[in-house]
Amino acid sequence: MKEFLNDWGLSLAVFLPLFGAAIMLLIPRREEQLHKLIALLTSGAVLVIGVLLVANFNYDDGRTFQYVVDKAWIPLINSRYIVGLDGISLPLLALTVLVVPLCVIYSWNHIPEPGNPKAFLVLMLILETGMVGSFVALDLILFFVFFEVVLLPMYFMIGVWGGEQRQYASIKFFLYTLFGSALMIVAFLALYFLSAEVEVAPGEFAHTFDMRLLPTAAQAISSTAALWIFGGMFIGFGIKVPMFPFHTWLPDAHTQAPTVGSVILAAVLLKLGTYGFVRIALPILPEAAETWAPIIGGLAVVGIIYGALCCLAQTDMKRLIAFSSVAHMGFVMLGIATLTDFGINAAIFGMVAHGLITGMLFFLAGSTKERYHTLEIARLGGLLKQAPRMGWILGFASMASLGLPGLAGFWGEFPAILSAYNPGGSDPNVALFRAYMVVAAIGTVLAAGYLLWLYQRVAFGTPKEEFAHDSHIHDVTPLEWVAWIPMLVGIVALGVYPNLIFRVTDPAVTSTMAAFGVGG
Amino acid sequence: MDQNAGWFLENAWIIPLIMAGSFLTILFFGKRLPERGTAGIGIVAVGVCLVLSLGVATQWVQRVNDPPVVEHGTSTEGAGVHGADAGEPPETGGPHDGPAVEQPGPVGVEGEHAAAVSLAVPAAAEGGEHHEVPPVVNQITWFQNGGVEFKVGTLVDGLTAMMLVTVTIISLLVHIYSREYLHGDVRFTHYYAFLSLFTAAMLFYVMSSSTLQMLVGWELVGVCSFTLIGHWWEEKKNTDAALKAFLTNRVGDVGLLLGVVVTFFAAGGTFEILEINGYALSPGANQTLLLVGALLLFGGVTSKSGQFPLHTWLPDAMAGPTPVSALIHAATMVVAGVYLIARLYAVFFEGLNIGANAINYVALIGGVTILVGASLAFVQHDLKKVLAYSTISQLGYMVMALGVGAWTAGVFHLFTHAFFKAGLFLGAGSVSHAAHHTFDMREMGGLRKHMPATFATFVICTAALMGIFPLAGFWSKDEILAGASQGQEQAYTLMLIMGAIGALLTAAYMTRAIYLTFFGEYRGHGTPHESPRIMTIPLWILSFGAVTFGFLNFPKVLSLPEGLTTRFEHFVEPTFLFPEIEHPTFNPVLAIVSTLLAALGFALAYQYYWLGRSPLAGLSQKSGFRQGYVLLQNKYYLDTLYTDIIVGATKGPIARASYWFNQYVIDAIVNGAGRISVAIASVLYREVDQQVIDGIVNGCGYVSESSGQVLRRMQTGKVQQYAALLFAAAAVLAGAFIVAVSL
Amino acid sequence: MLVNQFLFLGAILFCIGVYGVLARRNAVLLLMSIELILNSVNINLVAFGALWHANDPSNLSGQVFALFVIAIAAAEVGVGLAIVLMLYRTRRSIDVSEVDLMKG
Repeated sequence: MKEFLNDWGLSLAVFLPLFGAAIMLLIPRREEQLHKLIALLTSGAVLVIGVLLVANFNYDDGRTFQYVVDKAWIPLINSRYIVGLDGISLPLLALTVLVVPLCVIYSWNHIPEPGNPKAFLVLMLILETGMVGSFVALDLILFFVFFEVVLLPMYFMIGVWGGEQRQYASIKFFLYTLFGSALMIVAFLALYFLSAEVEVAPGEFAHTFDMRLLPTAAQAISSTAALWIFGGMFIGFGIKVPMFPFHTWLPDAHTQAPTVGSVILAAVLLKLGTYGFVRIALPILPEAAETWAPIIGGLAVVGIIYGALCCLAQTDMKRLIAFSSVAHMGFVMLGIATLTDFGINAAIFGMVAHGLITGMLFFLAGSTKERYHTLEIARLGGLLKQAPRMGWILGFASMASLGLPGLAGFWGEFPAILSAYNPGGSDPNVALFRAYMVVAAIGTVLAAGYLLWLYQRVAFGTPKEEFAHDSHIHDVTPLEWVAWIPMLVGIVALGVYPNLIFRVTDPAVTSTMAAFGVGG
Repeated sequence: MDQNAGWFLENAWIIPLIMAGSFLTILFFGKRLPERGTAGIGIVAVGVCLVLSLGVATQWVQRVNDPPVVEHGTSTEGAGVHGADAGEPPETGGPHDGPAVEQPGPVGVEGEHAAAVSLAVPAAAEGGEHHEVPPVVNQITWFQNGGVEFKVGTLVDGLTAMMLVTVTIISLLVHIYSREYLHGDVRFTHYYAFLSLFTAAMLFYVMSSSTLQMLVGWELVGVCSFTLIGHWWEEKKNTDAALKAFLTNRVGDVGLLLGVVVTFFAAGGTFEILEINGYALSPGANQTLLLVGALLLFGGVTSKSGQFPLHTWLPDAMAGPTPVSALIHAATMVVAGVYLIARLYAVFFEGLNIGANAINYVALIGGVTILVGASLAFVQHDLKKVLAYSTISQLGYMVMALGVGAWTAGVFHLFTHAFFKAGLFLGAGSVSHAAHHTFDMREMGGLRKHMPATFATFVICTAALMGIFPLAGFWSKDEILAGASQGQEQAYTLMLIMGAIGALLTAAYMTRAIYLTFFGEYRGHGTPHESPRIMTIPLWILSFGAVTFGFLNFPKVLSLPEGLTTRFEHFVEPTFLFPEIEHPTFNPVLAIVSTLLAALGFALAYQYYWLGRSPLAGLSQKSGFRQGYVLLQNKYYLDTLYTDIIVGATKGPIARASYWFNQYVIDAIVNGAGRISVAIASVLYREVDQQVIDGIVNGCGYVSESSGQVLRRMQTGKVQQYAALLFAAAAVLAGAFIVAVSL
Repeated sequence: MLVNQFLFLGAILFCIGVYGVLARRNAVLLLMSIELILNSVNINLVAFGALWHANDPSNLSGQVFALFVIAIAAAEVGVGLAIVLMLYRTRRSIDVSEVDLMKG
């Protein structure tokens, strides 16, 4: 068993969804139930593999890559098929394999217009391959391929099943992200050519894309070149995060995307950017990271405040939640920018927490839309009266989102703020980061403001006249419960016992951050 | 683990867990139970907690009377951080409590700080005449970060035990009382569920062993407060109040959050309360950091404990059910801030230099709050709002006491106030239960005859609040004034004056409230009736506390035996890692003066309301009511003097100015800040986000699209034109080739 | 020089072909004009082939190339006539100036 997992576990997790999608392509479109079943079984099987991977992970040795497979792939450029899992990628892998089956379950009766579950679910499975692959890939080219694989299914999801302005939103999403990818691949290539050659076979030297070897190999890069390379990655990953001011694709994409599209986008896709920072940009180019850190931190806190202010101005529930992502990812980026083990741990925790919480909020927005056929806040109201359980869940998710201690969101925010007090690196600008700390803390007030204001207008009070006697408005359905309960439980469990994640990430983070002279 | 510490002290963590279990049970099964069952679960759970808390208190008393042997110097460090090990040599600590101070700090800890913590115990304590009694600490790992394990657990000492007992008693009474008060309410189940959750969170908060844990408890009680204020969320007024409470608290929480961060780094990378206190008392402590930390923490106190200028949420919070106001907004949650100062007293004491100064920020804010709260209580028509402003004013006393170094006095006032103020709120609830669910005193009056039990208990609690000898409030308030008058090295004269004026005002506004509610003629509808016994029994119990609990800290006078005096101080005041403070001695002159001031306040109000025979005159300065009664009043020229010049000035311009300031300046700033940020946000969103940033993005698309528009004209679809172009191009190229070759 | 006459013939045929392609509207004439262009090229190929390999008559690469062009021209005419036929069926006309389906 253990042997099998070591050799095949990760590859199975990556390619099983693709296999499922291939089978679905062979089955005629009208067999809708069968398609749903196959999608569920496939994503469920991936979840099982994920659970096995998590269970067999050696937590005492979280800093080294486990389940590593290293095979020749493109010998010409010495790009190899390398996959592996360590403490940093494990929580994100777990999040991904959990969220996709929940989305399939939620889609069971919620295939958005214009229908066609076959295509919808096939796209979702391809997405899963891309997402899981990005988190386990240890070769830059392999990572890039998976990173791009994610783009197309999401483009079609938004463009076909989206809202009224879906075309605009999907193209914006696609082009924006592609632009970032272009800079990213240039940065990768520069890294490849400028870094020192490594020994691939006895006496034989070549350039490498191997993430495990690059931190050493990249020391050969001159500091000016490193700055430019980091800049390319910064924009590439920053767009995906999204960081202010590269965020404008996000609200449109989120608002127009179908519900599960938004959920996957918020829960997993945004994490690809921050994961890229933690996995690639920081360890490989630590000195450039130190130079860039004040800029990243500054944009992060601007994002926190700016995102929150924009939330206050929204009249559409889904758009508000979308903007809140800008603010929340700002905390994650602040944690990364501090270049401390504390901050990076917080960032990873923040990624998972944001995935669960904002994913949950988008589920709720989708279900609200399904019931009221609108998400205009001014027309909503009295949700607690018409669908009390859903109202309570919305309140719970809002509280989690505003960073209430005892729920998951807090453990992403507070340690990030804490670590900004004492940033890492050789010569950090302490005063600047303390100013960031204060601004970020003020951001928590604004977060409470927009979320509770939203909650007051949507859930409190009495229903508006137009919906008061609408018999379509019902409480949470069993299918929704099945999709939501794992996320709700996760939010509470991580909030009460944060060690669930910190214990996994901490060894890997401290060894990664040893390059910055802290921890370890 | 220290086997000598006692089961209750070691296992205090069970107490909040019981309440959390009660919360979950009610939440998931409450809907299926009858009201009796729902309430029953909550009541039984709190009852068990009360028993356990009393066990904790008893064992703490035993521990103080028979303290574990602590060797000074070398072993204090181990004992300090892990009090559970106190009886053993430090190197044989339990499996999961290693010596945390020796672990490397996680995030760039400055070396000298880490070293300083090990010098935790102040030198003066070593030769002290009393034994140090270390708290009982019991921890497990919460999470690890940066290679350091952070712990969660319980820290039990006298202060914790006192809070446990207070919270559970009041909570139990409120649980019982609510059974009738909320009878038939649409959300009876949710009400009890959140009452349980609140109790759990509050108990968790008071037994926190680390600042981070306190932060968690602090926010959780805030959420419970939010849901319970918004209990009747159909009305916008209530939800507005709930939001205001939460958001105002959130503003203060920024301070708390950053305060926790600053103290974390100051003390060398630890959230442990004992280590932070130990650092603050160590000779190498960085005074500036402590000052910053203390002021930031005080930001949290300002909002949570209703201190000026963040007190405005508290009166609005009265929109919640009255038992909630009694439990959360009078007796327990609002004193969380006071508790925070008391718990981290070394930080405040050293940071603000309370020992040597004659004035400091905490004491000043406390004093100002006393006056602001008391003066505003005059102009309220709503009985609960009178009590709310009164709570603000009393919280001011507690904070001021801590600010002048009178730790025991402040905490003792917290203790006594919890009982008589909860009694007053529950009494007000009883009145409203009788008088058709109104709290407007203009629709009350004469209830003395209809509700004798409520009246009697209300008067007792009021007397305690006024500080009438020998009720509880007298002793605690007097200690605060004594503390202010004697200070540490210098007397806090300004605070003494503020406290004395506060005593006068308190007596006056409470007399007014009692008059309007219980005396005169009944002005409401229907026939009021006494509340059922399930509601009056809690009132009697609280009144009993209001009468007797003052004796728990009977001053050292008349050469009474040691075992009878200053028991509260003896058992509650920490002796371990606690600043050396001077204890004020009982000052009979001061006691008499403060009593006289209270009597004066009562007398002035009495003159005005009883002898003025103008029940409605005090209610409105503006309308015809007043003019109608002016002639009647004019018969008493003495009255005119008191009314217009003294009382009138106080409750008229001064109070109204305060209220105006409150409503139109402070509140307006809060509201304005909200509105402005929405406005800025709109502009930012509309102009910058949608126009500039998005414009640039769209612009790129537009440019490529319009260039495409131009180029598409060439695409006529006519094959021959293409061919012509092809040939023309070929010809041109051929020409160019020929030219190139021939050159 | 012998080759000059061949090239001259090729050029004349090419110009006639180009004229036909650009000026005639009849699709069949268009195809025939294309044939002319191709054949002009064939003449050039054969001529140059002969010139180039005058010393080695066994090397027939120019002629072989011309044969390839003829074969492809046949295929092209086949496809072209099929298109013209379809055009006629749908439009009842084979005037190429009326066909602008590829207009952008």
